[in-house]
Amino acid sequence: MAVQRKKRKRRELFALGNEAVAEGALLAGCSFYAGYPITPSTEIMEVMANRLPLIEDGVFIQMEDEIASMGATIGASLAGRKAMTATSGPGFALMQEHIGYACMVEAPLVVVNVMRGGPSTGLPTSPAQADVQMARWGTHGDHPIIVLSASNVQECLEMTVTAFNFAEKYRTPVILLLDEVTAHTREKISVPDPDEVEILSRVEPTVPPEWFKPYADTARGVPAMAPIGSGYRTHVTGLTHDVMGYPTQRPDEVKDAMLRLFRKIDQYYGDIQMSDEYLLDDAEVAVVAYGSVARSAHLAVEQARERGAKAGLLTLKTLFPFPRPAVEKLTHRCHTVVVPEMNMGQMSREVKRVNNGRTKVRTINRVDGQIITPSEILKAIL
Amino acid sequence: MKAPQPIDRFEIRLSGLGGQGLITLGRLLGSALALGHGYYVTQTQSYGPEARGGSSRADVVVSSRPISYPKTESLDLLVALSPEACNSYYRLLKKTGILLVDTTLVKHAPTNVYLGLPFTQMAREQIGNPMTINTMVMGAVTHLLPFADPKVMRKSLEANLPAKIREVNAKAFALGLKQAQRNFGDAGGIWAAAEENGQHSEDDIIV
Repeated sequence: MAVQRKKRKRRELFALGNEAVAEGALLAGCSFYAGYPITPSTEIMEVMANRLPLIEDGVFIQMEDEIASMGATIGASLAGRKAMTATSGPGFALMQEHIGYACMVEAPLVVVNVMRGGPSTGLPTSPAQADVQMARWGTHGDHPIIVLSASNVQECLEMTVTAFNFAEKYRTPVILLLDEVTAHTREKISVPDPDEVEILSRVEPTVPPEWFKPYADTARGVPAMAPIGSGYRTHVTGLTHDVMGYPTQRPDEVKDAMLRLFRKIDQYYGDIQMSDEYLLDDAEVAVVAYGSVARSAHLAVEQARERGAKAGLLTLKTLFPFPRPAVEKLTHRCHTVVVPEMNMGQMSREVKRVNNGRTKVRTINRVDGQIITPSEILKAIL
Repeated sequence: MKAPQPIDRFEIRLSGLGGQGLITLGRLLGSALALGHGYYVTQTQSYGPEARGGSSRADVVVSSRPISYPKTESLDLLVALSPEACNSYYRLLKKTGILLVDTTLVKHAPTNVYLGLPFTQMAREQIGNPMTINTMVMGAVTHLLPFADPKVMRKSLEANLPAKIREVNAKAFALGLKQAQRNFGDAGGIWAAAEENGQHSEDDIIV
């Protein structure tokens, strides 16, 4: 019998960056959200509160604080859910210990941090990009982590899907760093049909339960994951553990466990490090930017080209692991690399490290709660 | 949907006090231009941590091409619903730009070339609800935008509002549109005059 497939149209919305994040999460199969509202991330929570109860087995919980939010998110992840939480600087600070726990027990989940002015309560309604190094190193202990960013509303949706895919593929927490401007910009987006999007899910064990080793090494370095309650025995602890998940202090087992944690991310840098190039082929001055500032830089590069300056733009979509190859290429070819950011130089530090003194690195830093304008960047290019 | 009239970065700032519904206005206006007319639109916002009072503004950029920088740098249209907003942002207006103020609240505009309607007073007395000031301004702005189709704007406005406040806001929108048509004249003529006025003051330096 011929089945007539109804052609579904992409949904067009005029949406906030935050709303696009929620759309992306639902598209990626997120069925659990635990959070505590905080400006400028609250709209993510609002959409999830409205939508999750409408989907099968969807769970939305408002927790008592961000510590509990992160704990609940890890729990849901271990029970087999695709889980997310969202917050801003002050809440992200509270989540740090549990993010380390998620790294250690290899819980796939997504944490969205919409950056606002800090430190402390800071500027609740103003943008900043000052949590970049915190996203990388906020939790203690040596650990690999994936940090992504987005610069426009459509990208908010796409990068949220990517964040879930990376989390599931590599069994790791993934942090999506937005800033207030991106989160609170409304634009037209089209929400793709779920069939059009590549959605990845964690690998579940194929062996019988009695053979299952919850933290066994594999070729990819990513162990198969059995949801708690599925009949597979799983032990979860923040202590360094052996392949069975039980605490160990044996140096050989500790070394294997730690090196596997790193290797599962390290060997896929090519897959994880994402960036966009714009007019870089013949560029003599390159701007390296991320988040909303990349949009200012885009206009500045256009204006510089109109005036005859050979400028180009590298937009970082993955912040960590730092996209070294893409940046290194520029430091060989360009006489100046400009790094504008809404902090005192957190990403330019990485660019300078990669540059290794090769070419000139100019920084534009702004910490007054205002976005860096195209004219400020243009001035640095010319 | 008609093919949109080509425009390159038309920048609008809607400014005033927290509680006047400016960010909602930005959302309604942006949605109508983006989904109704098919333009590229970015709408951004800036507000203080207060729930009411304090300053508030929404920026809308409209273009036929994809928009890079989502905020505004030099304004084509400034809507100021408070004297503070009018004074702070007037200097960002292009020479050929247009200033629209609420004459109930802005008694002394920083220029004598501006358009005004007593929005607050009209909302209070003719609609009976001061909260409809934003949709009334949307009506007036619709008249001022040469690329906006009033029918499409109205339809989009109604689609975006919850049922219980739809009627009163549609009424306010219609009143804003009507008063703008009656008081400001044809939109083409207004922009031609602004263009000419801008050229005359070519030597003036606006800092």
